[in-house]
Parts: sequence; structure tokens; C-alpha cells
Amino acid sequence: MVRKAFTLLMLIAVGMMLLGFVMNFTEKTALPEVSSHYIEKGPAELGSANIVTAVVVTYRGLDTLGEVTILFAAAAVVGLLNHLNRNESSIRREGSELLNTASTLLFPLIFLFGAYVFINGHLSPGGGFQGGAIIASGVVLTVLANPNRKIGHRVLSIIESLSGLIYVALGAAGALLIANGFLDNRIIPLGEFGSLFSAGIIPVIYSVIGLKVGSELSSVVITLNGETIEEDAK
Amino acid sequence: MEILFIIISVLTIIMALTAVIVKDRIVAVLAGGAAGLFASILFIIMAAPDVAMTEAAIGSGLTTFIFFFALRKIRSKDNG
Repeated sequence: MVRKAFTLLMLIAVGMMLLGFVMNFTEKTALPEVSSHYIEKGPAELGSANIVTAVVVTYRGLDTLGEVTILFAAAAVVGLLNHLNRNESSIRREGSELLNTASTLLFPLIFLFGAYVFINGHLSPGGGFQGGAIIASGVVLTVLANPNRKIGHRVLSIIESLSGLIYVALGAAGALLIANGFLDNRIIPLGEFGSLFSAGIIPVIYSVIGLKVGSELSSVVITLNGETIEEDAK
Repeated sequence: MEILFIIISVLTIIMALTAVIVKDRIVAVLAGGAAGLFASILFIIMAAPDVAMTEAAIGSGLTTFIFFFALRKIRSKDNG
């Protein structure tokens, strides 16, 4: 009873706090100064056709580096927890014929699409995170089709560490070489606006982020699948 | 477009509530994934394809599967 009353009280308190925002909400008619700078000057400054990518990789590049670090920490903790309560793995039921054939056919296509999404991050919607997630969903498909196959962690961890290293090195190159600041994309010429090789170093950085995110999410999935104790009863 | 937006918003809220209320864990996880999928359609309607792609791939795709992997681990622990 006390607990319910307390919950109700908390809900009312949170509601009161949020009420102020709702009552004072007015739709913005103009962009804030920073946003309008990004939209008006962004394409000319950074040469990226997709402004979202320009903001994510360059203007707010440090935040992206932080996000990638968080993802790395999450993947590492999943691996650690799994290692701590390691159990003998057992044989699990194979995926059906249909799933097997489909996954063999689809995995290269999904992988290719993920690579396409992160390589074209500066031109079309999407980018490193989306492409990496698409690649990881392809890995989920193969894991579902062949739950017993052992997939080596070594290759994944090499890709993951190498791309992290390249990302930070390219960011540092922006600060050291041309002195426009950490993660500046203009360490190589901007190139022709809207072509694949444009926007300076953005496509390279986003590809590296894509590889990093893809290998991290894949390793989370593989770790979670790898150490299951016994076959599901169903 | 307005009507489509409202329908999908309502569906998103229904799915989110289902995920919280329903007792069966598997249904709850699936409802959570469906909420993410509807939310990603909302993002497309609101002209944010970048966010929509992330939401569709991670919010409704990978998260659902990771939940299932975790559920299987919990259940195999419970049984013995």
C-alpha cells in the first residue's frame, strides 16, 4: 500500500515537472544559430552532401568518438561477463534448410549493402553506425542458420582495434597537420561536391567507424550465442 | 500523410504499452521490436532517414535478437 502510494506520488511529481515543458511549448519558427550555420555553411565548409554526416563526423566528431568508445566498452563487458560464467557449450539444433540456403545467399548481399551504406555516408542517408548495424544483422542471420559454427574472435578483434586506431590517428592528423582541430576532415582536398571521393576524410572515417561498429556488434552477437549451456527446450 | 502519421503514432504507443504490460516475455520482446519498427517509419515521415535507419537496424533488429539470446541464457539457467 505504502509502495503504491509512493509510486503514485513519484509519478505525479514527474508529471508536474514535465507539465511545465508541455505548457510552455511553442513551435520554433527559425533555426538556432548553430543549426543554421551547419545548414548554410556546412556544404561549402566540409563538402559533404549529407549535412547529418558532416555534423556527426566533423562538427560533433568528438561525440561520435565517445559513442564508439561506449560501444566498445559494452562489447568488452559482454565478453567479460560471458567469460566469467563460462559453461561447456553443447550442440544445438541447426537452422532449417530454408534458413541455411537463404543465409548463404543473403549474407554477401547484406554485407555489401552495409558497406555501401557506410561508404556513401557523406552522400546518402546512413553512415558508419547504420552500415555497421546492417552488417551485424547479417551476422545474426548466419548465427541463426548455423548456431554451432565457431566463428573466430581474432579476426573481429583485429578489425576492431585497427579501425579504432585509424579513426583516432586520422582525427589527430587533423589537429597536427593542418591545425584546424581534432577530427577536421580537410586534411586531404575536399574534391568535387557530391562525388564518392569528396568531403575530405569523411568517407574514410565513416568507413572505419562502420567496420568498428560492425565488428563490435557482431562480436556481441557471437559471444552471446557461443556460450549457451543447453539446447532450448522448445 | 497526417492520418498515416497519427495511425502509426498510435500503433507505436500501443506496441510500447504491450511490451510493458504483457506477461509473456517473448511477446513483450517482439512488441518492443515492433514499437521500434513503427517509430522508424515515423522518423521517415518526419524526414529523418538517418535516424530511421539506425532505429530500424538497432532498435527493432539487433536489440530484439540480443534480448532473445539473453532470454535463452536465462531460461537454460532456470531449468538446471
